[in-house]
Amino acid sequence: MSIQWVEQVLQLTVQMGTVYLLASLGEIYAERSGVLNLGLEGMMIMGAATSFIFSIAYGHLPAIFIAAVVGALMGFILSILAVDMKLNQVIVGLALTLLGIGLSGFFTFPEIRKNILLKLNPSLPEEMLLTQQAEKLPEIPIPLFSNIPILGKMLFSHNVLVYFSLIFSILMWFILFKTRIGLTIRSVGENPSMADSLGVNVYMVRRATTIISGAFASLAGAYFFIGFHPFWREGVTAGRGFIALALVILATWSPLRAILGAYLFGGVETFQYRLQLFGLGAQSPYFLAMLPYIMTIITLIIISTESIKKKIGAPASLGIPYSREE
Amino acid sequence: MTELVSLKGIVKHFPGVLANDNVDFTLRRGEIHALLGENGAGKTTLMNILYGLYRPDSGEIYIEGRRIEISSPRDAIKLGVGMVHQNFKLIPSHTILENIILGLKEVGFIINYKKISEEIRKLAESYGWRINPNAYVWQLTAGEKQQVELLKLLYRDARILILDEPTSVLTLQECRILFQALKRMAREGKGIIFITHKLDEVFAISDRVTVMRKGRVVITKETSKTDMSELAQYMVGRPVLFSIQKERTQPSGEAIIIKNLKAFNDKGVLALKGVDLVVKKNEIVGVIGVTGNGQQELVEVIAGLRKAAEGSILIDGINIANSSPDRIIELGVAYIPPEPLKYSIAPNLTIVDNLFMKAYRYKPYSNGILINWKKIYKKADELIKNFQIISPSLSTKAKSLSGGNLQRLILARELSGLIGDKIPKLIVAAYPTKGLDIGATEFVHKTLIEYSRKGSGILFISEDIEEALMISDRVAVMHDGRIVGIFKPGEVDMEKIGLMMAGVQVVPAI
Repeated sequence: MSIQWVEQVLQLTVQMGTVYLLASLGEIYAERSGVLNLGLEGMMIMGAATSFIFSIAYGHLPAIFIAAVVGALMGFILSILAVDMKLNQVIVGLALTLLGIGLSGFFTFPEIRKNILLKLNPSLPEEMLLTQQAEKLPEIPIPLFSNIPILGKMLFSHNVLVYFSLIFSILMWFILFKTRIGLTIRSVGENPSMADSLGVNVYMVRRATTIISGAFASLAGAYFFIGFHPFWREGVTAGRGFIALALVILATWSPLRAILGAYLFGGVETFQYRLQLFGLGAQSPYFLAMLPYIMTIITLIIISTESIKKKIGAPASLGIPYSREE
Repeated sequence: MTELVSLKGIVKHFPGVLANDNVDFTLRRGEIHALLGENGAGKTTLMNILYGLYRPDSGEIYIEGRRIEISSPRDAIKLGVGMVHQNFKLIPSHTILENIILGLKEVGFIINYKKISEEIRKLAESYGWRINPNAYVWQLTAGEKQQVELLKLLYRDARILILDEPTSVLTLQECRILFQALKRMAREGKGIIFITHKLDEVFAISDRVTVMRKGRVVITKETSKTDMSELAQYMVGRPVLFSIQKERTQPSGEAIIIKNLKAFNDKGVLALKGVDLVVKKNEIVGVIGVTGNGQQELVEVIAGLRKAAEGSILIDGINIANSSPDRIIELGVAYIPPEPLKYSIAPNLTIVDNLFMKAYRYKPYSNGILINWKKIYKKADELIKNFQIISPSLSTKAKSLSGGNLQRLILARELSGLIGDKIPKLIVAAYPTKGLDIGATEFVHKTLIEYSRKGSGILFISEDIEEALMISDRVAVMHDGRIVGIFKPGEVDMEKIGLMMAGVQVVPAI
């Protein structure tokens, strides 16, 4: 095992982990305020689909921006269902996941893609209309730092979204634990009726965090597609949204711990693929494919068991809609 | 006199209930104003309107003479109105400081923990409270939590403080500390509204008192110009006797012997840490204590609803610990659970169904396969009469009964000897009068005393000390999963009872 091999694995670990990190950052905010966004996978795959189409039509930056807006919109739909209409969060979340997976499936049909792309940008050349591939986000190595052995590849030779995810982890941790807004979010998730009695607009806070979680999930999808693996196929995110859900619990709802957890998951996945190259663990693709669903079951058990919730310090009113008058 | 608050003609409907019917209320600067009434009289509704949690259907609110609209707690807080709710609104996993500053824009974007912590400490000290603002709320006693609730209001410079039954979870000593602080706040010019249904508290603390009944204000008076029986009469609408004539019967033989009983609560924490208690036949043993010290777990273990971890419960020499509920019922234990609607009634079934929910399996109401409805209806008519259950018909759904009638129904089911036509050997009554009006409470008391005279042993759990002293032959004080003292009413004064409730051993525990 050469040093190049190690560097490559570490770099891939961080790149893989960033998918989980971005998705879990938003989810942490939603869950801290008491809303469980189980639509994560649907929002993620819609982000991937949006970035696929729009990066071909308009280029990278507009694609990333529009993906975030699409995710925010899906988050907004979830907030109407889960916060305002007070429906069961598990059910509406899964419904949005199915919606996202279903909608994104449209882009698998070349005819539909062609029509949409021509509407967006009539001047596109023919081969761009039918491609299943997008241009990958360029890596921006940070001068000097990227030359450090091992660490340089691991932390300082990535595309812009990886840096963004790290900066936002720290920023969102600071906001959550050191500022008034963070205290408000955490309190709403612990005891909304108390927050309400102190003049906090519980519904507004929950709507906002749900929209944020949608935007970040979609951003994760966009990163996954144009930043990591720009080849379209149906169901391209392959349940990674569900893994991000489990990661939120592993990180015990802290954006900083989410970094470690995300890279751990990213490392496991990278390692599996690498080992396959050596002909080891031939059965592992099935194990990996199964992982999201096992994680989902575990997540659902954890958040619906009162005693476990208490033990691991879950927000006390996670998953419980708030209504003022009985 | 300056009027801080003036409510005029407040009307509030809830589906099927007129909670406030044209209510007038005033609060002066520097006064403690008791708002007295039975449960459901409309006190809390009225205060929730002043605090912006409910919108009134009609009526006007004036604060310092200015007509205002309050549409949310945020408005109320801005106007200087603060409320301490009956159940603490605190977040156990956050610190005291975090609980206090929640929702306050003035603390700035980045919270300056050091500075605010110092401010809170000083504020608390000025009322004689010693707290560490960085301690977590789950570490606090009930009395300290109450102080945090008050600090929440004081830190916001509230001038109008509403306290909804603030003493219900406090020990007597904690109450005294609270009352001192409240009087001090009143001297500083704040107006305090003290919601209660306990008469003695009205006289202990208030300057004026307003009595509410069935959504209306009956009277507002200077506290010094009235007395207990007059207020009680306003509250209930008829004269009330404050003592029950109780002929003592000599206890004979043990109805139940509990030895070193240990059990866990729902969170897996040891809630009963070795309870020793004996109830004799013909005897009522009252169990008092601050709620949550193991009372609930104790009655559940006896009724077979909770596993005992250690120890024994003997009835006629048979250990019933960890027996199934139906075995325990067959041995003659009647159980009146707390919160009848939750634990003791199937709300959508009829009164008859609910009355015979235990007896339907036994002769003569069943032959093992079919239910003999003829016999059941005949017996039900008799029970309705004996237990004075008021209802349109036997096939009315149980959920339409009032609280008092529900409790009568449960008493009828549990006590009337439906199974084998015998009276119960042991009656376990957990908070049987909680939330009932005075009439229904009297009925429950009389019924329990009657059965103790007939030979039942009665274990009577109550959170009302005076009630327990009034009807019990012996009173046991429970603290932290143990019985810390047993005495006869009259042997021990209130001061010592308060100490025992706080865990101090004053009299022997057996």
